[in-house]
Amino acid sequence: MPPRKTAAKEGSATPNVSADELKHYYREMLLIRRFEEKAGQLYGMGLIGGFCHLYIGQEAVVVGLEAAAEEGDKRVTSYRDHGHMLACGMDPKGVMAELTGREGGYSKGKGGSMHMFSKEKHFYGGHGIVAAQVPIGAGLAFADKYLGNDRVTFAYFGDGAANQGQVAETYNMAQLWDLPCIFVIENNQYAMGTSVQRATKSPDFWERGAAYGIKGEAVDGMDVLAVKAAGEKAVAHCRAGKGPYILEVMTYRYRGHSMSDPAKYRTREEVQEMREKRDAIEHVRQMLLTGGHASEEDLKKIDKEIKEIVNEAAEFSKESPEPHLDELWTDIYADAAPQNA
Amino acid sequence: MATEILMPALSPTMEEGTLAKWLVKEGDTVSAGDIIAEIETDKATMEFEAVDEGVIGKLLVAEGTEGVKVNTPIAVIGEEGEDMSTAEAQAESAPAPAALETSEGRADPAPANGSTPAQAAAPKPDQTPDWPEGTAMKTQTVREALRDAMAEEMRRDDSVFVMGEEVAEYQGAYKVTQGLLDEFGAKRVIDTPITEHGFAGLGVGAAFGGLRPIVEFMTFNFAMQAMDHIVNSAAKTLYMSGGQMGAPMVFRGPNGAAARVGAQHSQDYAAWYASIPGLKVVQPYSAADAKGLLKTAIRDPNPVIFLENEILYGRSFEVPDLEDFTIPFGKAKIWREGTDVTIVSFGIGMTYALAAADELAKDGIEAEVIDLRTLRPIDYDTVIASVMKTNRCVTVEEGFPVGSIGNHLSAYIMQNAFDHLDAPVINCTGKDVPMPYAANLEKHALTSVPEVVAAVRQVTYR
Repeated sequence: MPPRKTAAKEGSATPNVSADELKHYYREMLLIRRFEEKAGQLYGMGLIGGFCHLYIGQEAVVVGLEAAAEEGDKRVTSYRDHGHMLACGMDPKGVMAELTGREGGYSKGKGGSMHMFSKEKHFYGGHGIVAAQVPIGAGLAFADKYLGNDRVTFAYFGDGAANQGQVAETYNMAQLWDLPCIFVIENNQYAMGTSVQRATKSPDFWERGAAYGIKGEAVDGMDVLAVKAAGEKAVAHCRAGKGPYILEVMTYRYRGHSMSDPAKYRTREEVQEMREKRDAIEHVRQMLLTGGHASEEDLKKIDKEIKEIVNEAAEFSKESPEPHLDELWTDIYADAAPQNA
Repeated sequence: MATEILMPALSPTMEEGTLAKWLVKEGDTVSAGDIIAEIETDKATMEFEAVDEGVIGKLLVAEGTEGVKVNTPIAVIGEEGEDMSTAEAQAESAPAPAALETSEGRADPAPANGSTPAQAAAPKPDQTPDWPEGTAMKTQTVREALRDAMAEEMRRDDSVFVMGEEVAEYQGAYKVTQGLLDEFGAKRVIDTPITEHGFAGLGVGAAFGGLRPIVEFMTFNFAMQAMDHIVNSAAKTLYMSGGQMGAPMVFRGPNGAAARVGAQHSQDYAAWYASIPGLKVVQPYSAADAKGLLKTAIRDPNPVIFLENEILYGRSFEVPDLEDFTIPFGKAKIWREGTDVTIVSFGIGMTYALAAADELAKDGIEAEVIDLRTLRPIDYDTVIASVMKTNRCVTVEEGFPVGSIGNHLSAYIMQNAFDHLDAPVINCTGKDVPMPYAANLEKHALTSVPEVVAAVRQVTYR
């Protein structure tokens, strides 16, 4: 199923992008994909437990939007969060070691796949309750406005979350108070096993902002340059103090909702078609090659580097010890040990 | 180099599965993402994808094989052009990946109170005065004390702000925020739409972002809509982030039964919130405690639930006339010393406890009355020390009986002062019914002074 509606014309390369930038996006997207493939493999080996939601297929969304962000901008997302963390510069080792529940993980092994944070990279989670990150994102934007800086917050959520009541509540407050928040709806077309068409008769999610006076648009999420261009527009809107903006990014997840999803709600052909004809990484790869910006050799070198980074992360995540048992009782309160410890 | 493809775990609970079907054969070239097999787990049939690109060297497990253990090698994959004749041997010599074998048989490093042996450590109650002796006092209502606490802390720290329904222009649904808008302006005293779930979440985000929000709920009944953000977003983030970030903020508002407002507006949430690690929970009785504890709550680096009471808002108490005073969490207050029975309560429950004590004194029964003031942390030492003296205990609260604060205290006393008890602990609570509207029924649904008196007579056998 091709993306329903896009703002950018298909295949239209934004003119103002350098070969280096293009290579950077290729690299970033490839890192996410290889990382996620490795995570899937480690899950299969029993090294990662519980829920593990892979981002494969959606890489252009975060890479494009991170290209539009500046230092100090904030981001918050759902449980499908590995891609967001890698794209904002968090260390793949720390992310992978959190997946394996080890001391070297971002949350010392206490958060897991769905709950990771980085104050340093302004990444505010990693939230396991569908749509809870949306008002939290607006709150981060509220703090920036209160503090008088011009930072913006990217609040990512899926097409499933878009139907939650708290999203409507948040839109209302964000527009009422002109909060510098970009609501990014990653529409991968399935809320777990329920397609958009089976969940709503109002499937153009970005248009719902109009009910609150929020501007927005739909974007081709398989085209990293289109995502970046839309992101820049949204960021400019927010930084100028004009309030929130909605980007509905049309994307597709190749894997199941989580590792244990057999994905019987869609056909193999549908997935294969997206992978073969619309893949975001392949799209950039072709741009690089046909534009003469990179040779096959150059790209092989990048592939090799990424493979090494991911293998190192995997090694680290296996070697890092499990958290010390004392960690059970730490970080419950910021100022004191818990009473019952 | 040849690598093994292992039988994958495809669900959180899978230990073995059936290799239903191979979708590749030996010699096939595959790339990452290609589906190579169908595997039946305990839940469903799953497609299994290749992670690496290469040539399938050997299929080690035939299709249709049942009970293939997770991590069993099922195939060998090599690079293109590689001689695969020795692949199997090479692959076999590779060490099998270690599963997490430490998940069982953990020793509990620090036993929770649940496994603490009876008669553990002698209690060390802190009963130092809350303010210096000889401090001048002034008479103030609980409502005024709460307002002053917020105003003082807002003057002290620019990052503190108040948000909620009708807190600004209306001056507070119960007039607790009266005058704050005039002094601090609309930037820091913010009227919200009626949208508890949304503004509670927004407040959590603002706390993550470096502010110190005071989120007022018009009543805690409406906070049920915001429960997910209070518990999942505010209370757990510090832990889930390995200590990197949390939510320093206060959720406050009236809690518990008021009068004649029916079932949906009359509930005491003390026990609910007190059960959540990561929250601190306060329920003051007097104006001085309301002020001193709210100031502590606003300064606290954790999410604090501050449970007020509509009926107490208008009550007057003596409040120390000090520029700045705070009351620490986890320190109970002994309102009345006694030798015959310990009555433990908090919040509006104290009105029953103190009135019952007066009543009992007429018959020569001297009750020691303890106001817990905070429910998380809870001052066990003051309670235990008192019970060791009186050997009897009655608890008083307006909340529902099942899983009440009184239940928890009873268990704690039983485990830590069993040999000192001369009678079972009795919990006086609200009745196990939704709050009725009719005046007579409502009165009976709450606990009462006669009930507390009767409970004391029962435990003192007098």
